[in-house]
Amino acid sequence: MASVGSEEEAGTEVIPLAVKILIAGGFGAGKTTLVGSVSEITPLSTEEVMTEASLGIDDLNGVEEKTTTTVALDFGRITISDGVVLYLFGTPGQDRFWFMWEELAQGALGAVVLADTRRLETCFHAVDFFERRGVPFVIAVNRFDGAHAYTEHEVREAIGTGPDVPILMADARSRESAKDVLITLVEHVMTHHTPAVTG
Amino acid sequence: MHSGENRLGALPSRLPRGADEGAEPQPGDSLPDAAAGPLVRPYTMTGGRTRPGSIELDLISVVVAARQHVEQGTLEPEHEAILQLCRRPLSVAEISAHLDIPLTVIKVLLGDLISRGAVLARAPLPTAQPPQMNVLQAVLDGIRRL
Ligand SMILES: Nc1nc2c(ncn2[C@@H]2O[C@H](COP(=O)(O)OP(=O)(O)OP(=O)(O)O)[C@@H](O)[C@H]2O)c(=O)[nH]1
Ligand SMILES: [Mg+2]
Repeated sequence: MASVGSEEEAGTEVIPLAVKILIAGGFGAGKTTLVGSVSEITPLSTEEVMTEASLGIDDLNGVEEKTTTTVALDFGRITISDGVVLYLFGTPGQDRFWFMWEELAQGALGAVVLADTRRLETCFHAVDFFERRGVPFVIAVNRFDGAHAYTEHEVREAIGTGPDVPILMADARSRESAKDVLITLVEHVMTHHTPAVTG
Repeated sequence: MHSGENRLGALPSRLPRGADEGAEPQPGDSLPDAAAGPLVRPYTMTGGRTRPGSIELDLISVVVAARQHVEQGTLEPEHEAILQLCRRPLSVAEISAHLDIPLTVIKVLLGDLISRGAVLARAPLPTAQPPQMNVLQAVLDGIRRL
């Protein structure tokens, strides 16, 4: 491998800044599909192993019987520049893994809530979560074959979000559509959130 | 192919649920398998070490192998595997996925390497403040270029 620059500069590697966007939504709403549509790598899956206490305990050194449970997280990657990498994380579909959402939401740039109109209620928890955490989000209505074509207005009424939350129709399988969703989110973050001022 | 008539009224509405105010979604909140008990992180898997060194690593903390040598033989095979993998900067999540080792364990192994100076880490943005405008603009441009 030809290396430009000096090999001596150990410890001065440029480590890129990582940012993340969450892709949330109910079970089977198209989260992994959307990540795959824009990711430069085949979506990866990582695991968090959790100990499931059989009794309510508050002492982690307790000796109660425990079993382990695994939460899988899908994610993809988009290299923005030498200095910035964007990761897209699908949130775990199962509600019992809410604890994982806390870590996922920390420092997230924003979130996409995929709404599947065949079972819209499956995205309500995600909307509640991001509203309460103050995580900026957009709602992407993933139009499945055979699903009724609800209008944006109907979806907004049902979800009950203010006019400031963008809602757009999407097809998670389409790269262009997935890009539109992400662009809408980042523009929303830029217009509605006051970013930190340098210094 | 059934018609969509009468389907419009079928969209459920979120806000009436808000009647039970203050109902923060919680792990196991009103869920069928809530009876299974709370989930906690398996600190015991890593010899009780919960803090990877002094730096708090998260999913997207980016790490890279330092160019200095660590004496062979003092590392576990998993440590070596991590060093091999992160010759180029990689996130904690990617290392975990590539090596098929759970995140919690990877964080501790990375902590070992960081404390020996074998791996350098860059923490993600401070969680308290939103990303700076120039970062957001770069992300926006990057997505548009896809
Ligand atoms: N018609 C149609 N099908 C889609 C769309 N997006 C995803 N699908 C399909 O829906 C199925 C579920 O998609 P996934 O991406 O696996 O959904 P998910 O949200 O990751 O599912 P879980 O992780 O299991 O909760 C797959 O068979 C997809 O091919 C879409 O926009 N339109
Ligand atoms: Mg999935």
